[in-house]
Amino acid sequence: MLRFVLTRLMSLLATLVVASCIVFFVIEVVPGDPASFMLGINAQPDTLAALRAELGLDVPKWQRYLHWTGGMLSGDFGTSYTYRTPVANMIADRLWISLPLALFALALSTLIALPVGLWAASRRGSYADSVVMGFTQLGVAIPNFWFALLLVMLFAIKLGWFSAGGFAGWDAGAFAAMKSLMLPAIALALPQAAILTRVMRSSLLDVMNEDYIRTARAKGLSVRQVLLKHALRNALIPVLTIIGLQFSFLIAGAIIIENVFFLPGLGRLIFQSIAQRDLIVVESVVMLLVFAVVIITFLVDVAYAWVDPRLRQANR
Amino acid sequence: MSWRSIIPGAILVFTVMLAALGSLFWTPYDVADLDIRNKMQTSSIEHWLGTDHFGRDIFSMLMVGARTSIAVALVAVGIGMGVGVPLGLFAAARAHGWIDELIMRGNDLVFAFPALLIAIMITAVFGPSALNAIIAIGIFNIPVFARLSRGAALSLWTREFILAAKVAGKGAFRISFEHVLPNISNLLIVQGTIQFSLGILAEAGLSYVGLGAQPPVPSWGRMLAESQTLITLAPHLALYPGLAIVFTVLGLNLLGDGLRDWLDPRLRRER
Repeated sequence: MLRFVLTRLMSLLATLVVASCIVFFVIEVVPGDPASFMLGINAQPDTLAALRAELGLDVPKWQRYLHWTGGMLSGDFGTSYTYRTPVANMIADRLWISLPLALFALALSTLIALPVGLWAASRRGSYADSVVMGFTQLGVAIPNFWFALLLVMLFAIKLGWFSAGGFAGWDAGAFAAMKSLMLPAIALALPQAAILTRVMRSSLLDVMNEDYIRTARAKGLSVRQVLLKHALRNALIPVLTIIGLQFSFLIAGAIIIENVFFLPGLGRLIFQSIAQRDLIVVESVVMLLVFAVVIITFLVDVAYAWVDPRLRQANR
Repeated sequence: MSWRSIIPGAILVFTVMLAALGSLFWTPYDVADLDIRNKMQTSSIEHWLGTDHFGRDIFSMLMVGARTSIAVALVAVGIGMGVGVPLGLFAAARAHGWIDELIMRGNDLVFAFPALLIAIMITAVFGPSALNAIIAIGIFNIPVFARLSRGAALSLWTREFILAAKVAGKGAFRISFEHVLPNISNLLIVQGTIQFSLGILAEAGLSYVGLGAQPPVPSWGRMLAESQTLITLAPHLALYPGLAIVFTVLGLNLLGDGLRDWLDPRLRRER
């Protein structure tokens, strides 16, 4: 187990190093430097040079790469070109919206999908099962940002239960803050819940074909008892993997959903920064998201191997 | 699910394809025609689905938007297959060698970047365009096809008919393309359909946040983005482009599911 974790850790580090190289050098290809963008076309050469020196743009690219990655390791993401404030602070502020939003959506989709999947599996082939499966087909096909618009039309404009956008802020109290994250989280959770319901159902049906289930039935347990006591725990393993993978989809999905609801999260930050040529912010946010995806994949792999020893040997 | 879902799936996909192709020759109105006097109308005999805030005909825009979506998603799937499948076949032919290892690690690397992040990076460098959306979704598709074809090819390489081909003196390259590829083509068709539908969703999302096709080219995602500011005045503007996306994606998913059950009878279990 230790060896498995160490091998995975090595490949995680390698992925992060290569990914940071790609992010940095792809974005640094951009023609025109931020200093001349900030000062406009009438800038004097010496002011330009002074600003370039201040922003650290006058050293070779590889040195800036080392400075950037080294800084990130110690929590220093550099200084925003546009706002002249530390990027780490900007990200930290925004993270307090994006992260709770993703977690909220994850909780919602899990709470919906697991019982519904279990229910559909226990009534396999019935009318109810077909209806659930039909709904999941629809849920997968609906773009979450359109669903978000529909939610705004119904609950914000027509019924007036929620505000159509913006964020109340955590200072306004947890309830007000969660209320402004409610519609975005529902919109984000819907397609994931549809996928998870299908995974839950088919995983349960797979397990129900196993010999030990037949044994449990043969010794006289009812279908319901077998489902809850024997099948559920085994079926949950692939479901947990998908939940882990969905977290990275949710983080990416949050970028778009934040735009629908005008939430000042990481997504808004990244689009603003692109428009303002604030490349260091773009680089840092992209790298942070890649980091989150890689770490979660790693944790899921390890958890999976911990639960199922056979996987510790297999390559992939 | 059974193979029968091919029928509704094919009907939906065929309708959208027909609208997209038809828009090359005829649309009820020219989508470049602004008619401010008749803006934000609801459905009528003249404008079947009404008009937008510039007085453009929604139905015509949806037809042209279908073309944009389908073109972007189709080319992106083409890139994914064109690069991913040869990589996967090559990795399988050299299974567990260093080339295989390199290809699979490269795959893991790309998986760390959700399509949206790739698009954001490309946009930060080259600016937003439909082409950049194609590249972003295409890159995202490569590891999907590489992984699928490697996995399927690996199990084929242990079969007798491959051994016979080896004995007959065929090299790894010829075996991969003459024997392995035809045997995994069913899988590729099914996955291609699914990636196509994901591509439509991704294109809609990218053009919604302004990273996809640029004005004046109509796209479903941007129609939704534009409708958002008018949502209290003309809610119908937000309705039709979304329905178009749902119909297309639903059709492709039903088609993909049906094809899978039809092409691979082993999966045709009572589920």
